[in-house]
Amino acid sequence: MSAPTTARPAAAGTTTMSYRQALHDTLRNELLRDENVLLMGEEIGRFEGSYKITAGLLDEFGPKRVKDTPIAEEGFTGAAVGAAMLGLRPVVEVMTINFSLLALDQIINHAAKIYGMFGGQAKVPLVIRTPGGGGQQLAATHSQNVELFYAFTPGLKVVAPSNPADAKGLLLAAIADDDPVLFLENLALYNTKGEVPNDDTPIEIGRAAISRPGTDITLIGYSRTARMALEAADRLAAKGFDAEVVDLRSLRPLDRRTVVESVRKTSCAVVVEDDWLTYGIGAEVAASISDGAFDWLDAPVRRVAMAEVPLPYAKSLETAALPAVDDIVVAAEQTLRATGRG
Amino acid sequence: MDILMPRLSDTMEEGVVASWHAKVGDEVHAGDVLVEIETDKALMEHESYQDGVLTEILVPEGGSADIGAPIGRMRVAGEPEDGAAAPTGAVEGSAPAQPEAPAEPAAAATPSTPDTATAAAVPSGAPSGTVAPAAGTNGARVRATPLVRRLARESGVDLGTLTGSGPGGRIIRADLDRATPAPAAAPAPVEQPAAVAVPVTEDDEVTPLGSMRRTIARRLADSMRTAPHFYLTRTVDAGPMGQLRAELNAKLVAADRPKISLNDIVLRAVAVALRRHPEMNSSFGEDAIVTHNRVHVGMAVATPAGLVVPVLRDADTRSLTDIAGTARELAGKARDRKLSPAEMTGSTFTVSNLGMFGVDQFTAVINPPEAGILAVGALREEPGVVDGAVAVVKRMTVTLSVDHRVVDGAQGAQFLADLAQLLENPWLAVV
Repeated sequence: MSAPTTARPAAAGTTTMSYRQALHDTLRNELLRDENVLLMGEEIGRFEGSYKITAGLLDEFGPKRVKDTPIAEEGFTGAAVGAAMLGLRPVVEVMTINFSLLALDQIINHAAKIYGMFGGQAKVPLVIRTPGGGGQQLAATHSQNVELFYAFTPGLKVVAPSNPADAKGLLLAAIADDDPVLFLENLALYNTKGEVPNDDTPIEIGRAAISRPGTDITLIGYSRTARMALEAADRLAAKGFDAEVVDLRSLRPLDRRTVVESVRKTSCAVVVEDDWLTYGIGAEVAASISDGAFDWLDAPVRRVAMAEVPLPYAKSLETAALPAVDDIVVAAEQTLRATGRG
Repeated sequence: MDILMPRLSDTMEEGVVASWHAKVGDEVHAGDVLVEIETDKALMEHESYQDGVLTEILVPEGGSADIGAPIGRMRVAGEPEDGAAAPTGAVEGSAPAQPEAPAEPAAAATPSTPDTATAAAVPSGAPSGTVAPAAGTNGARVRATPLVRRLARESGVDLGTLTGSGPGGRIIRADLDRATPAPAAAPAPVEQPAAVAVPVTEDDEVTPLGSMRRTIARRLADSMRTAPHFYLTRTVDAGPMGQLRAELNAKLVAADRPKISLNDIVLRAVAVALRRHPEMNSSFGEDAIVTHNRVHVGMAVATPAGLVVPVLRDADTRSLTDIAGTARELAGKARDRKLSPAEMTGSTFTVSNLGMFGVDQFTAVINPPEAGILAVGALREEPGVVDGAVAVVKRMTVTLSVDHRVVDGAQGAQFLADLAQLLENPWLAVV
């Protein structure tokens, strides 16, 4: 975007852009704003990133601020942890969340624990951006959503924006945060568009959004599934049901209060996750509902998730294994029927 | 810490503080009787769970409080002087205030629900409705959603009176709304609105309903409203019963043992007849008939405070003198309001005897959820035909009230015929 003629009018209002563009612009603005911010990752410089999030940034900021790294996830993630401990604010791009498994020790054993293990003497203001998700025909080892491992780990914050505006607001908050933040993107979202505020107000990490108010049933999702839940709500509206959609946005901390308050209003819920069902984030959300809204429930909480298989490569099988908007609509209708309203 | 009104029986909704056994400032030890609570059925002693000092009495003697509401405060040993903010141990079933929604603090590393997920793992998308909720009154299981249970609790609706239309017969919000088309927003009054307003003049005396009277009113009104009653009456030759009683009592007195009453013989005969007719020893669950394998006979006892029904457990396996002794003890406790909840719950059939008041015959209201109740009249002398000639005979009339949802007319009549056979040949019941 070109420089504003006057500061105030430009800061107000919104601009339509893609999720990809929102991430790019936010990274660029942060590089401009704070010289301690630097980017690291495989092919983010000369190749401009696998998903072109970092397009043009090497040329603009040079190799000290935009670092191409070797194919060595544990090594460069560990280097970023060290840089963060010494006062820089590195933003690491791990090409896919599947590759972050190679850096698990640095993320779970070091980034997450250093502040506590050393009595607060060192902070780790590190952001790890990484996309996940199936549906791209990349087969079992390249199509996962293993954010559960990180959401499971105390000491980390985990955010998962579903739209361009949240991508901007949460990335601003993640870079400003003194704790390590896993910033989850989704391959299927990069080209989606939406209104993005022009001002640089961060979105508080740990606050879910009611992305669609409603009274009949609560649909809960995050990242791609929050967007699917909105589509399902539109379909349900056409059938006369007024669904409320809660977009978690943050998996740790988890905004249990917003979830519980919504279910207290609607008396029933469907939780949607783009991942395996067993032991998952949906289970955690369902348990929170049972804990905080038990006396308000008029039907058991249902969960929609992907099939519990390594994701197939074949397109038809892959599609069949992933959760779909249809599945959410069916689960919602069954739940509403169980309450006598369907 | 707060001392909370305990829940002392299934049907209790509130309790009255009958007497405090400690004064403010008194030292109290765990196990000491702290306060005596009058429930809808009995006077119960409530012991302190902890050592400490009674610091405040919130509900004075004669005052009442809902289950779970604080009635006093004590400072537990080790607690600071002003110890107001001590966590209150939640009493089962109490929900006096709106619970707070759990909120996770914004700080990162604070898991706020450490271990909620210990329940059964249900496979993906499993059909709902397999988890058994708490039992309803007298053990009959009522399936209802948590929302329905809360709303029913708040509005005083008895879930046993509703039919569920949800999966597996579960009672859902829609069923409750159909049953109580009252304005949804305003909280319903605890009392059911009186059907007819009673005009009160200055000559009238108004006694507020005690919790016991209120419970009796609610349960028996529910019984008449939901259980389709029919009545079977039979007059039996009570001569042999009177004779057996006289002979036994002569021998018991000689042996310095307590005497038996006609009612003891009736209780024993009913128990034996119930053993032969399990359909009468049953209860109506909303989607099933529950047949009880053990015979627990309730005996209706009038007390100055109202009707209570202590239970003779396994009455079919007890000797007549055992029944007599237990019945006397239970009746005494009932009049002194010293029955424990355990002694008043779990009956599978009830006997009500007004013979001692000279009533010849009457009909009784079924004690829900049982299938029947026997109303026993007085033993009376009247002219009858014996061997073709008029003679003085002893007779007794019994009336069986039956819940037609569980038992049909012919079954009830067969039970009554067997019972009459036992009453007219009481040694068959005794041995």
